Amino acid sequence: MKKLKILFFSLFFILIQSVSYSLIEVDISRGNLNPLPISVSPLFADKKSNNLLKNDLKIENLGLKIADVIENNLEQTGLFNTLSREAFLQKPDIAHLKPRFEDWALIKSQALITGKITYKDEKLKVEFRLWDVLAGREMLALAFTTVPNNWRRIGHIISDKIYERLTGEKGYFDTRIIYVAEAGPKTQRVKKLAIMDQDGFNTKYLTLGNELVLTPRFNPTNQMVTYLSYFKNLPRVYLLDIETGMQEVVGDFPGMTFAPRFSPDGKKIIMSFAKDGNSDIYTMNLENRIVERITNHPSIDTSPSFSPDGKYITFNSDRSGFQQIYVMKSDGSSVRRISFGRGLYGTPVWSPRGDLIAFTKLHKGKFYIGVMRVDGSGERLLTENYYQEAPSWSPNGRVLIFYRETKTDSEGKGFSAKLWSIDLTGYNERKVETLTDASDPSWSSLLSN
Amino acid sequence: MLRSIIISTAFHFTIIITGIVSLPFVAKKPIDIPPLVSIELIQITDKTNIPYAPKAKKIIDKIKKEKEKLVSEQAPPKKVKKEKPDAIPLPKQEIEDVKKIEEKKQNPEKDDDSIKQVSEFEKKELFDSNSIAALIDKSKEEFAETMIQNDKITQSEDKSMNLSGLTLNEEDALKAQIFGCWSIPLGLPYNENLLVRVKLKLKPDGSVIKSEILDHARMNKPGQGFYKVLAESALRAIQLCQPLRVPTTGYERWKDMQLNFDASEMLKG
Repeated sequence: MKKLKILFFSLFFILIQSVSYSLIEVDISRGNLNPLPISVSPLFADKKSNNLLKNDLKIENLGLKIADVIENNLEQTGLFNTLSREAFLQKPDIAHLKPRFEDWALIKSQALITGKITYKDEKLKVEFRLWDVLAGREMLALAFTTVPNNWRRIGHIISDKIYERLTGEKGYFDTRIIYVAEAGPKTQRVKKLAIMDQDGFNTKYLTLGNELVLTPRFNPTNQMVTYLSYFKNLPRVYLLDIETGMQEVVGDFPGMTFAPRFSPDGKKIIMSFAKDGNSDIYTMNLENRIVERITNHPSIDTSPSFSPDGKYITFNSDRSGFQQIYVMKSDGSSVRRISFGRGLYGTPVWSPRGDLIAFTKLHKGKFYIGVMRVDGSGERLLTENYYQEAPSWSPNGRVLIFYRETKTDSEGKGFSAKLWSIDLTGYNERKVETLTDASDPSWSSLLSN
Repeated sequence: MLRSIIISTAFHFTIIITGIVSLPFVAKKPIDIPPLVSIELIQITDKTNIPYAPKAKKIIDKIKKEKEKLVSEQAPPKKVKKEKPDAIPLPKQEIEDVKKIEEKKQNPEKDDDSIKQVSEFEKKELFDSNSIAALIDKSKEEFAETMIQNDKITQSEDKSMNLSGLTLNEEDALKAQIFGCWSIPLGLPYNENLLVRVKLKLKPDGSVIKSEILDHARMNKPGQGFYKVLAESALRAIQLCQPLRVPTTGYERWKDMQLNFDASEMLKG
């Protein structure tokens, strides 16, 4: 009887097994890299707030203006395709309460941004929501309160939050760019330090243009800038506090100092010091002013840049006979060459992510901006032109800003210097609008960290 | 006495006559039964020893006969039609076709030697024009051999596909559809595990009843914020693509399905 039972159950399980199906698995290893279609609905403001803003601060349609800032930021990344507002079927106020997802899906939108503005007691409150149109749910909702004149920054902060939520990496919109503003004929250029928002607005000049200024660099932790200017007819490294306008010469060196840059913690400046035709790399501690020599070689070592963890330094040197890129430990030991391609390599800058080094390359009379891994492998040239150099990383390590000069014609006209940006794909190259000609840009870290 | 002898003789005669009539092999010659065509005859292992075309032709003829039997017994007629060439194609095409089928189906009995042979054949063809005929003959035999292996696999695979998988065409159609819908987020770290597994419950028309991220716990782990973005992009792709391009038959087979989205290949380039 027992054997019969076993036989019966065995047969039963065999039968069950024969009619069940194993789970089908399909591997999806490819997708598209098309920009994500996104709708930025104008932020809704009630009548009372609108009137107050218009009467007190002479600002009209603030909701639309903030939406424009967000839309422009997202469009510039090349990762988003902002849809035309003319196609929107739902009004901003209702969309902010509860979007009709079918209407937004109908115009092929995959994400939607809605918002609301309230102006009360001289305080501006801006709230926004990010919606997943296809899933029909809210992805993010935040509110900010500030003084009304800060409305552009609010637009940038919202852009950063949206970018981070949709791409998985930090944004770079609430940042500033410092550069050398140039004016006048090529032989008599007036060069001033200028600072602006990353989208080209709110330009301010930090120097008067009496002295030549070069290579301004942001401190990664606060609003200090180091740059090169002339002191007693010698090029020297300066420090400038953006908020107070105070500036000072860094160290009392018997020769010229140049190519300054901050350490990742902002406590040191690394720079080149040249004397008797030899140039080496030095650091100076800003707290105790102790100077430390990092390289000691008869060749020209310059353009130093720290790794984000501060443990390594990249620089360029002609110790091999040609200008190439090297990496060493931050104490100057274990120097190794990492660039081995044809041409000359210079201005290496370590990515804030730590995985890449950006550089300028000169080969066969053309200038390239490129990136390579920190061991020198995987060299990629992102853009080529007649003359371009000085790449600087966005704080998230995705975009590079640099400057490009155009050729002068036979009559000595046509020269210009402009800022350009390019992302790591090499496809999203854009001109950065500035009020005047511009060179030597440096990107700040996120202001709202 | 005489009577007994007569009875005995008559009895024996009757037995002999009955025996001749009822047992035909006694009277007739044995039937000449044609030898059975065995699969062993077609399985050629030593390819390099068969360089002549006549031998290959014989093998191919035998395969065709054998194939007809096998098809009628087991394989679904449609699939066999696809894999069975109407005419013998040119050697190069044949080899390429066979190679493709073998690779796609992840043939467990895949013969590496045969692939090497193919490449050698291509190289030799470029340099040794005198031996082209012999090489073609050899390639035909190789083709014949791989056809046998391939047929065997097709039959077993058909069985398993009916129970547990999609055909290559069905899978390709589904993949192609989802490739177009999946916008990969570009900010992902390329040195992390970028695999998102989504389990789906489908309607017969391919629309999604339920989608579930299998590694849901990973979304909330510190330092894995990018995984949430990636998982959401996979879910968006499914939403955007539905109804999915699923087979028109065999709903029970594919009503539950798992899609494995892996962005590593795309981002590493």
